[in-house]
Amino acid sequence: MATQKTLAATGNVLVAEAMRQCAPDVMAAYPITPQTTIVEEFAKFVAQGRVHTEYVTVESEHSAMSACVGASAAGARVMTATSSQGLALMWEELHIASGMRLPIVMANANRALSAPINIHCDHSDVMGARDTGWIILFAETAQEAYDNTIMSVRIAEHPDVLLPVMTTLDGFITTHSIDRAQVMDDETVAAFVGDYHPDLALLDDTKPPVSHGNFAGLGGPYFEFKKAQRNAIDRSAAVIKSVGEEWSAICERPFGVIEGWGMEDAELAIVAIGSTAGNARHVARELRAQGVRVGVLKVRVFRPFPFAEIADALGGCKAVAVLDRSESFGAEGGPLFLEVRSALYDRAERPAIVDYIYGLGGADVKLELMRRVFSDLSDIADGAEVPGRLVYLGAR
Amino acid sequence: MSWDISKIDQWKAEDFPRGAAIPDAGNSRDYVTGGWRSERPERDDDKCTQCLLCWIFCPDSAINVADEKVTTFNYDHCKGCGVCATECPFDAITMVPEGCELKGEK
Amino acid sequence: MQQLTEIRWHARAGQGAVTAAKLVAETALELDQYIQAMPEYGPERMGAPIQAFTRLSEDPIEIHCNIEDPNVVVILDETLIAIVDVTRGLVDGGAIIVNTCSPPAVVRRALGLGEGVRVACVDASGIANEALKRDMPNTPMIGALVKVTGVFELEAVIAHLTKTFGKKFSQEVVDANIAAVTRAYEEVQVA
Repeated sequence: MATQKTLAATGNVLVAEAMRQCAPDVMAAYPITPQTTIVEEFAKFVAQGRVHTEYVTVESEHSAMSACVGASAAGARVMTATSSQGLALMWEELHIASGMRLPIVMANANRALSAPINIHCDHSDVMGARDTGWIILFAETAQEAYDNTIMSVRIAEHPDVLLPVMTTLDGFITTHSIDRAQVMDDETVAAFVGDYHPDLALLDDTKPPVSHGNFAGLGGPYFEFKKAQRNAIDRSAAVIKSVGEEWSAICERPFGVIEGWGMEDAELAIVAIGSTAGNARHVARELRAQGVRVGVLKVRVFRPFPFAEIADALGGCKAVAVLDRSESFGAEGGPLFLEVRSALYDRAERPAIVDYIYGLGGADVKLELMRRVFSDLSDIADGAEVPGRLVYLGAR
Repeated sequence: MSWDISKIDQWKAEDFPRGAAIPDAGNSRDYVTGGWRSERPERDDDKCTQCLLCWIFCPDSAINVADEKVTTFNYDHCKGCGVCATECPFDAITMVPEGCELKGEK
Repeated sequence: MQQLTEIRWHARAGQGAVTAAKLVAETALELDQYIQAMPEYGPERMGAPIQAFTRLSEDPIEIHCNIEDPNVVVILDETLIAIVDVTRGLVDGGAIIVNTCSPPAVVRRALGLGEGVRVACVDASGIANEALKRDMPNTPMIGALVKVTGVFELEAVIAHLTKTFGKKFSQEVVDANIAAVTRAYEEVQVA
């Protein structure tokens, strides 16, 4: 019988708790603000004997992901956590983890990249890793960060998928803010994630010996391996949905790949990822109370990107604002905008669409900014010109 | 060996083992590298004392041995490196240019 | 959304404002409220002015940003009044609670506050120095906050302190904190 307890905890504490409940065989990690307390909490669990994990303290994030790759190829359930420059330092290993099809689960505390030096929230780090072949989930709240971590294990290890999953939460805003959340009992989580039975483990002496990390160049099948990887991440879309439904039935919280509020009849909509979705929804409730037909579309899964669902959800809108918390310098807009606009391309009826770059380096996402975006959308729906290719929301 | 790669050239993306893993051992035997050779070793049975040093040194395990005696070279995998000829204490192995030999055969 | 209470804490790093913000949230959670507590995220610098935030609500809280328009402002160090715009955004009908020996009328004048805002003063540092033997004004300020705002009963704070501090500190420390909270609750002056 699933039992949940309600508690006040930070996102990081909840992610560490979820990781403990999923009982990885190996964790290799290096601390970096604002991720540090995840691995610190987890180290405490190991020291207390509350989880039997081989905890590898490494000298950098490059080594952390290298150790994770090795341990995962060996056949272990492997987890780690990182942020910002740490994720950037892992970059080459991120490709190796996905190319070798290793179901590593990594939490990322979303944070800006230097320069200038900044430790606060934005999505520059994770968006820099968007093409590394990892499945990428975004949490709005500490609760969702907890749930996403648990679901990540099932998604990553699913035989149709076998890819690494990055489960992200907004640095400080979600990692360090104390929130009300529900934590599931250990047995229910253990039963949900199940045991991991790798079929190509280096250290499985009961099967023929396997070699990993092989060469596929010089006219070899590198190209075909990439196609297989693309097929796997495409297949993961259905797995993410079904795992979400299954976990939802247990914990009674919804987990759509996208989550709409007021989208049934919205004329004006904001598309957002991460904690900002809540700010937008809060303002949307105010406007709805005044009779304005607004909606908010939260994207929980960024890779694989839910193109069809997003196009369906936005198809009936007059004007749409996409909120990007990272840049793609020189591109037509931020990473989320490019995907959303592309999703709408095949539709005969397309809403006007604007990109807002916001909150870089932790710039506070004031409710006033959300009100301004809806106000702009209202003007556009009434025939005002779409402002430029992108708007730096709130920047001087 | 359970892993059959005889039709690997016709495999599609999903036929390859996941993540470029090789799911079995010993399959280098199926990978014929003898064509990389420009010289091949030949052994003079009269000079050979069956000391087996060539068998010990060969980096490609291409010296065939039966009943503790060198019999032939495995030309499917001998790359013609010449280590055997260099190490043989009795000059029983000589390296013969492949091209010349082919001409001579004609 | 309707019953959202937003509390902004002003203090110097090291005075325990983040702990206070958290204690208030945790106490509210035990009363089945929705809560949020966070520091203004930044590097730790002992003595530097900092802000912390607490949100309390009967309904789920969706906002994730700093508190711009607080219902309540709590000031743990009165010297901050001169260097930080502590009343920024304070809503009409709200309250400001200051750790000071001065009476409310003086503080009201110093801050230039109108009649729409209640001003409360308590010598939290004096109480802390006596009860806790050091200037740690955070727990007494919770006592004052509870009295002024009525967000919950004093007993709820005492019960929560007993439970959480009891895990970390000696009974002597727990008792001293409860005494400090209770004294501040009784001594705070509101005008």
